[in-house]
Amino acid sequence: MCDLYKLCLGEKVKPLVCVCFSQIHFVLLVSRQGKVRLTKWYSPYTQKERSKVIRELSGVILNRGPKLCNFVEWRGYKVVYKRYASLYFCMCIDAEDNELEVLEIIHHYVEILDRYFGSVCELDLIFNFHKAYYILDELLIAGELQESSKKTVARIISAQDQMVEAAKEEAGSISYIIAQAT
Amino acid sequence: MEQYRAIHIPVTLKGPGNYITWSRMARKALGGRGLWEHVLTPYKKKKYVWKMLYIHMLGYDVDFGHMEAVSLISAPKYPEKQVGYIVTSCLLNENHDFLKLAINTVRNDIIGRNETFQCLALTLVGNIGGRDFAESLAPDVQKLLISSSCRPLVRKKAALCLLRLFRKNPDAINVDGWADRMTQLLDERDLGVLTSSTSLLVALVSNNHEAYSSCLPKCVKILERLARNQDVPQEYTYYGIPSPWLQVKAMRALQYFPTIEDPSTRKSLFEVLQRILMGTDVVKNVNKNNASHAVLFEALSLVIHLDAEKEMMSQCVALLGKFISVREPNIRYLGLENMTRMLMVTDVQDVIKKHQSQIITSLKDPDISIRRRALDLLYGMCDVSNAKDIVEELLQYLSTAEFSMREELSLKAAILAEKFAPDLSWYVDVILQLIDKAGDFVSDDIWFRVVQFVTNNEDLQPYAASKAREYLDKIAIHETMVKVSAYILGEYGHLLARQPGCSASELFSILHEKLPTVSTPTIPILLSTYAKLLMHTQPRDPELEKKVWAVFKKYESCIDVEIQQRAVEYFELSKKGAAFMDVLAEMPKFPERQSSLIKKAEVVEDTADQSAIKLRAQQQPSNALVLADPQPVSGAPPPLKIPSEPQSVARTISQPNGTSSNIDPQAPSPDLLSDLLGPLAIEAPPGVVSTEQHGPTGTGGVPDEVDGSAIVPVGEQTNNVEVIGNIAERFHALCLKDSGVLYEDPYIQIGIKAEWRGHHGRLVLFLGNKSTNPLTSVQALILPPAHLKLELSPVPDTIPPRAQVQSPLEVMNIRPSRDVAVLDFSYKLGTIVVGAKLRIPAVLNKFLQPLQLTSEEFFPQWRALSGPPLKLQEVVRGVRPLALPEMANLFNSFRVTICPGLDPNPNNLVASTTFYSETTGAMLCLARIETDPADRTQLRMTVGSGDPTLTFELKEFIKEQLIAIPMGSRALVPAAAAASPPPVAQPPSPAALADDPGAMLAGLL
Repeated sequence: MCDLYKLCLGEKVKPLVCVCFSQIHFVLLVSRQGKVRLTKWYSPYTQKERSKVIRELSGVILNRGPKLCNFVEWRGYKVVYKRYASLYFCMCIDAEDNELEVLEIIHHYVEILDRYFGSVCELDLIFNFHKAYYILDELLIAGELQESSKKTVARIISAQDQMVEAAKEEAGSISYIIAQAT
Repeated sequence: MEQYRAIHIPVTLKGPGNYITWSRMARKALGGRGLWEHVLTPYKKKKYVWKMLYIHMLGYDVDFGHMEAVSLISAPKYPEKQVGYIVTSCLLNENHDFLKLAINTVRNDIIGRNETFQCLALTLVGNIGGRDFAESLAPDVQKLLISSSCRPLVRKKAALCLLRLFRKNPDAINVDGWADRMTQLLDERDLGVLTSSTSLLVALVSNNHEAYSSCLPKCVKILERLARNQDVPQEYTYYGIPSPWLQVKAMRALQYFPTIEDPSTRKSLFEVLQRILMGTDVVKNVNKNNASHAVLFEALSLVIHLDAEKEMMSQCVALLGKFISVREPNIRYLGLENMTRMLMVTDVQDVIKKHQSQIITSLKDPDISIRRRALDLLYGMCDVSNAKDIVEELLQYLSTAEFSMREELSLKAAILAEKFAPDLSWYVDVILQLIDKAGDFVSDDIWFRVVQFVTNNEDLQPYAASKAREYLDKIAIHETMVKVSAYILGEYGHLLARQPGCSASELFSILHEKLPTVSTPTIPILLSTYAKLLMHTQPRDPELEKKVWAVFKKYESCIDVEIQQRAVEYFELSKKGAAFMDVLAEMPKFPERQSSLIKKAEVVEDTADQSAIKLRAQQQPSNALVLADPQPVSGAPPPLKIPSEPQSVARTISQPNGTSSNIDPQAPSPDLLSDLLGPLAIEAPPGVVSTEQHGPTGTGGVPDEVDGSAIVPVGEQTNNVEVIGNIAERFHALCLKDSGVLYEDPYIQIGIKAEWRGHHGRLVLFLGNKSTNPLTSVQALILPPAHLKLELSPVPDTIPPRAQVQSPLEVMNIRPSRDVAVLDFSYKLGTIVVGAKLRIPAVLNKFLQPLQLTSEEFFPQWRALSGPPLKLQEVVRGVRPLALPEMANLFNSFRVTICPGLDPNPNNLVASTTFYSETTGAMLCLARIETDPADRTQLRMTVGSGDPTLTFELKEFIKEQLIAIPMGSRALVPAAAAASPPPVAQPPSPAALADDPGAMLAGLL
C-alpha cells in the first residue's frame, strides 16, 4: 500500500466528519468470515464511510491472534473488541475513554442476548437480527449505557414481544377482518 | 456485477418470499417505479423495510425506500411503528433530509400519553437526532426527564436523549434553570435512571463545570453508596460489583472539576478511592476482573487528577508497576497507558525509571497495541540519564518493527537523540544508523539537522566524514544516506585525505557509483559535492578534473533546471581557479536555532493543563508529531556558501537559455543566507524582511503577476499577508509531481499529496498553522469544473497553533477537459482575514498512465485512427527550443511515454499513453511529434485517440506544455522551496532581473 493510502487509512488520521463526543461511536458485529451481522452508528457516518470503516476494521481485527489484548488503536480512536465463538463484537470509543468499561458493556450485551435466545449462537442473530437491534436499543442510547440491569432489559423486551403478538392476534381476529372489509 | 445476485434475507415472517434478487430491476421497481404503492398490508411493509435494512447492513447502497421507512413511524399500530423507528434510526444518519419530515410525528409521540411510543421516539432522537431536533424537542424531553409521573423506563431514555440534543446544540439546555434540576436528578434511587443522568452530567460538566458545582457532593455520595454497597438492588450488581459503569461515570464526572474545596467531601472521596485502590485484587473470573479494573483505572485517573497527597500517588505508581508486568494483556496495556498519562502530570519519572527494563520488554510484545503504548511511554520517560539505552533499544527495534510504526519510531528516536545526546558523535552515529535502517521513514528535517550539527562543530567534522565514508562502502544504501554522505564528504572529505581510500578521486568514484541509482532531487547535491571535491584537490588533479567535467557536461542539457544550472555554473566556475576556491569555500556556521523537531515536541508538551481530561486529550504528542510534517515547514536545509565577493564571479556566469544570473552587490552575505533560508524556516532571523527590498525574489515577494492572473487573491483590502513563493510556479510544479507545497504565507502552509489511480484521485490537503495563534474561520471550498467530481472532507473551523490538519479530497474524472478546479480558501488570524483562490493540480495529465508500445502494437492502432476528429494534426510555432532528449523527458514527465525507435526519422518522437475517465474508460492515446532540426521553435504534432474530445484536449494540453514551459530562472525558486533540496548558491532576484533589461545587460557582460 502506498504512503498516502496508509496515511489516509492508517491509524494516525482521524476522520474529520465526526467531531462528536459520544462515548461509543459505533457498534459492529462481524463474523469470522468477515460477514457483518449487526451495525449501529451513533456518530454520523455516510454510507460510504460506513462500508470503509467496516472493511478496514474487520481487516485489522480478524487478523489479530488470540491472547492479545482486546484493544486496537485505529485512526486515533480505540476499538474494543471481543470474540464470542465465531462472532466479533466491536465498539469504537475515543482514545481517552475507559476501555475495560466498554469491554464489559459488550459482555453485558452478550449475556442479555444469551438470556433472551437461550445460549445464543450466530444463527440466532442472523435469523432474528431485528431482535438483536431491539435489545441493543434497550441497552445503549446515544452511545451511552442506558441500563445495567439484565432483568430490566429482559422485562422490557418481553413486554414488546407481547405487544407485537397482541397486534398480530388482533389482526387475525374476525372482527378486525370485518372492519377492514367494510 | 451486483446485478443479478440473489441474497438470502432472513426475515422469516411467513410465506415463500424470502429471496429478493438484488438487481437494478429490483432497485428500480422499489425505488423509482412506485412498487411500494402495491405493498399494501402493514405486514408486508414491515417485511420489506426489514429486508432493506438487512441489505444495507451487508454493505449495499440502499438509496430507496427511506421514505417508506420514515412513513412507518406514523403508523398507528405498535409493531409497524416500532419497525419504522428502528429501521429509520439504522438507515439514516442525522444529516439526512428525510428526518426533517419525521420531526412532527416524533414530537407528537414524545408529548403523547402512550408510554411505549414515547420510548420509541426518545430512542430514535437519542440515536440520530441532529440540530433540528435539538431546537424543537429539547423542552419536551426535559419535561419528561423531571416528570414525577413518568416511569423510570421513559426517564432514563429521556436523560440520554437530552444528552444527545445537548451535544448537538449546547444551547438546548438553559444552564441557570437546569443546574438545580440536575442536582435533584442525582438523588434518584432507580439506578437505571441514575446511570443515564450521570452520563448527562458528564457531558454538562465537561462544558461548564462551574455551573454544576452543586453536583459534586452528589457524585461523591453516589460513589459512597456504591462502594459501600448500600441500597443497591441485586440486579444492578455485576459479578458482585455494584454497577461498575455507574462508578466509572461518577468518577469521570468528578475529573472535570478542577479541585474539591470542601474538606469533608474530599475526605470521604479519598476514603472511597483508597478503598478501591487497596481492595482490588486480580481474580480468576475474567469479567469480574475487567469490571473491577475498569473502576480501578478510573480511580487512578481521578487520583492523578486531584494530585492527592504524595502517599496515594506513590501507591498508584506501585500499582501501575505491578500491572505492567502481569500476564493479562489488557491490564498490561492499560498499565503502560496510564503510566504515560501519569508522567505528564506529576514528577514520578524516577519511580517509573525503575521499571525501564520491563517497559523495554513490552516493546517486544507480540501485540502491536502494547508495543505502541510501550513506545509512547519510553519516549515520555527518556532523559539524559537513560537516553543512550532507550535510543539504542529503539534503533534495535526499528529493524523488526512493522512498517506502520517505523515512521513514528524513527522520528521519536531522532528527537530523543537530539534532545538528550550525551555527546555529539553519538548523535551522529544514531542518525546515520537511523537513515541506514529506515531511510524511507526519515524525513528531510532529520538529515538537515545532523548536517547543521556537523557544520557548527568543528571537532565533529572528521568523525562525521569518516562515518559517512564507511556507510558508502555498503552495497545498497538508501538515497537519504547518499544525500547526507555526499554533503558531508563534499564539505569535509578533504579532512580524511590521508586515510586510505579517501582521496578526492576515490571519494568521487565511490559517490559517482551511486548516481545512477538516485532520483532527481539528489543529483544536484552530488554535483555540488563533485565541485567541492574538485576544489579541495590541490594541486589540481587533471584526471579527476576530466571526469568531473564530463559529468557536468552531461548534465548541462538536463531537463531539470536545478541540475542544469548547477552543472553549467560549476563547470564554468571550476575553470576560474581562485574564484572557484572562494565560491566553494567551506560552509559558514549556521545561526544557532532550536531544532524544528524539538520545537514541535515542545509545543505539545507546554500546554499542560489542570483537567485530567484535557490532559488525556493531549496524550498523543507522538501522534501529533508524526502527523505534523509531510513537507518540512521549518528546519534549515544546508545551503551552499554564498560567495563573499559576488560581483567578480557572478558576472561571468551566463546561461544558455538567455536569462542571466547576477548577484546584487548591495546584499551583505549573512542576509542573503537568511533570505535563502527564509521560505524554509519559520524562525528565520529578522534579517529576512529587510532583504526583500531587492524585489520579488520568489522567496518572499508578491506573486508573479504574469502567471498569477488566474489566481486572484480575494479581498485585496483585507489580504495583507505576503504570499511566500509564487503560487503559479507552485501549481506548475505540482502538475508534474504528486506532492509539494501549494500555497504558503507567514501563517499557513498548504501542502498537497496526491495519489492517482485510473480516473480516481485522492489528494490530501495538509493545512499547517505556522503561527503561534490559532487560525479561525478556516474555510475551504472547492469550485469544481464540470468534468471533475470532487469531494472535500470538511475542514475544521479552527486550526490550533503549530498544528496541522489534513483534509482528504476525492477526485473523479468524468470526461477529458483541461479546465482546472479551484480551491477557494480563507482563514482569519486575529483580525486579519486572508483568502486565496488556488488552482488544484488535478489536471489532465494526472489521469494518464504511462504505456510503452512496440511497433507491432503501435502502428495498427495509429492507422486505425483515420483522421479528424479522432486524429488531429497541428503545426505549432513559438515552441521553447528543446533538444530531442529533453523533449522526450518532458513528455515522460507528464506521463506520455516516448516509444524510442518507432519512427524511422530520428527527428521525430512517437509517444503513447492511456487516459482514464468515467465516460471514456481507459483510452489509448497516441502522439507523434515531428521536429525541424533547423528551427527548433516549430514542430508538427499529431495526436490521436478513440474519443474526439480527448484527442482535442490532449493536443491542446501538449501544446500548452511545449509553449508554456516555465523559464529556467523562474522555475528555480519553487524547485528549491518545494522539493527542498539544499538550494544552490542562488542569485537573489532572478525574477527581478528578467523584468529589468538593464540588469539583464549587466549580467550578460
